[in-house]
Amino acid sequence: MRILPNGDAAILVELPDLDAMLGLYAALAADPPPGVADLVPAARTLTLLLGPGARPADVARAVRDARPGAAAPVGGAVTVPVVYDGADLGEVAELTGLSPAEVVAAHTGTPWRVAFTGFAPGFGYLTGGDPRLNVPRRETPRVRVPAGSVGLAGRFSGAYPVESPGGWRLIGRTDAPLWDLRRDPPALLRPGAEVRFVRAGGPA
Amino acid sequence: MIATGPRATVQDLGRPGHAALGVGVAGAADAGSLRLANRAVGNPEGAAAIEAEFGGLRVRVRAPGGLFAAVTGAPAPLTVDGRAEAPYSVLHVPDGAELRMGAPPSGLRSYLAVRGGVDVPPVLGSRSADTLAALGPDPLGPGTVLPVGPPPDGVPLLGVLPVAPPPAGDVELGVVPGPRADWFTRDALHGLFTGEYEVTSEIDRVGMRLSGPRLARAEKGELPSEGTVAGALQVPPSGLPVLFLADHPLTGGYPVIGVVASADLGRAAQARPGQRLRFRPRPAPFLGAGPDDAEERA
Repeated sequence: MRILPNGDAAILVELPDLDAMLGLYAALAADPPPGVADLVPAARTLTLLLGPGARPADVARAVRDARPGAAAPVGGAVTVPVVYDGADLGEVAELTGLSPAEVVAAHTGTPWRVAFTGFAPGFGYLTGGDPRLNVPRRETPRVRVPAGSVGLAGRFSGAYPVESPGGWRLIGRTDAPLWDLRRDPPALLRPGAEVRFVRAGGPA
Repeated sequence: MIATGPRATVQDLGRPGHAALGVGVAGAADAGSLRLANRAVGNPEGAAAIEAEFGGLRVRVRAPGGLFAAVTGAPAPLTVDGRAEAPYSVLHVPDGAELRMGAPPSGLRSYLAVRGGVDVPPVLGSRSADTLAALGPDPLGPGTVLPVGPPPDGVPLLGVLPVAPPPAGDVELGVVPGPRADWFTRDALHGLFTGEYEVTSEIDRVGMRLSGPRLARAEKGELPSEGTVAGALQVPPSGLPVLFLADHPLTGGYPVIGVVASADLGRAAQARPGQRLRFRPRPAPFLGAGPDDAEERA
């Protein structure tokens, strides 16, 4: 673990890997050090935003003393039904050397996990899936990616909660309620949660 | 709302605490000016107000007995039904009267607070419009009607608020180096702190693109996305930094060479295109040392 200043009102904690990050995140989310306003999980860092009353040295000590939580999946596994008819499914098949049906089998065959969120409200970066699905993002991002689109980029998979620009390779779409402000919490996918994609249509 | 300038939004102190949902803080770009405007009209400091860029606001007040209001931040010239009023003071706008905000002589963002606060429904605990995430109230336009909350217990201040307007010339900002200063060459750090950066016309609530000495990287690898903060000077491959403001993305994959001191963030948010920024190094907060820190240094 390495603790770096991120300006005078945040600290950045570097961790060896995603599991260590999720473990520290679980511990600090359950028992936040005094004055910490928010925790921002990322691939292998955790950023702590400090409120006006926080003492940076005390927060850093609390981080060093934290016993990593079990990084237990939050609220059990989330099931996301997908119709695998994405515009880039054929391209992903070519890039991976799999058939479209094998891409679908690979995407649904291994559980994923929400590593962190960002990009848009309710957008979760999912990791831990089948390593054969590691494809680069599109050279030219799309100006409009419809809400519910399910895509791949690098070692991540994800689903767009709202229409937005995006460069991920789209393999399908879901009608799972990824973001709903009338629900508490509004995001379906939260850091640590296990996610299972199930085929609701497309090549099998 | 009869008219707005280029951009006007409802802002309070934002919605910290929702990063796990993919939601950032947002809130007033110049939070100090928002707080001051609220104090002036007797509101709690974090009440929602209007953040107006480059003035241009025309508002008709519909409230029995009128409304107390105050404008802080960029000192836009004000009129109430054609009568001149001063920014940085509490004014009374009668029922049915029109408040007009002209173009400010310096600064970019004016804050119009009304006694009682703007009372649109909160989203995740805040009335702030997050323009990147499209969360909270829509940006204001002609025809927008904003409800005003009940008067608070606090009393409006009298007299002129003791505050200096944002500078029209060069702006000096303290910057804490890091967290990725070590990804850059020594020359880059030297250039950051000795050169001048001009604010380009590419500015919004997400951030401002700067032009000036290009900041060369020593470390060529890819940085895994990490949490970013308001005030971060993020350096994309062009080498020209972007200064993140209130609606910045939660995480970013380009290294951050330094972060504007929180006390100077409001002044940064008031800089307008063509103004020059000079960065001065500030010490990082003391974070103690752990065993791995020593190892990293070895």
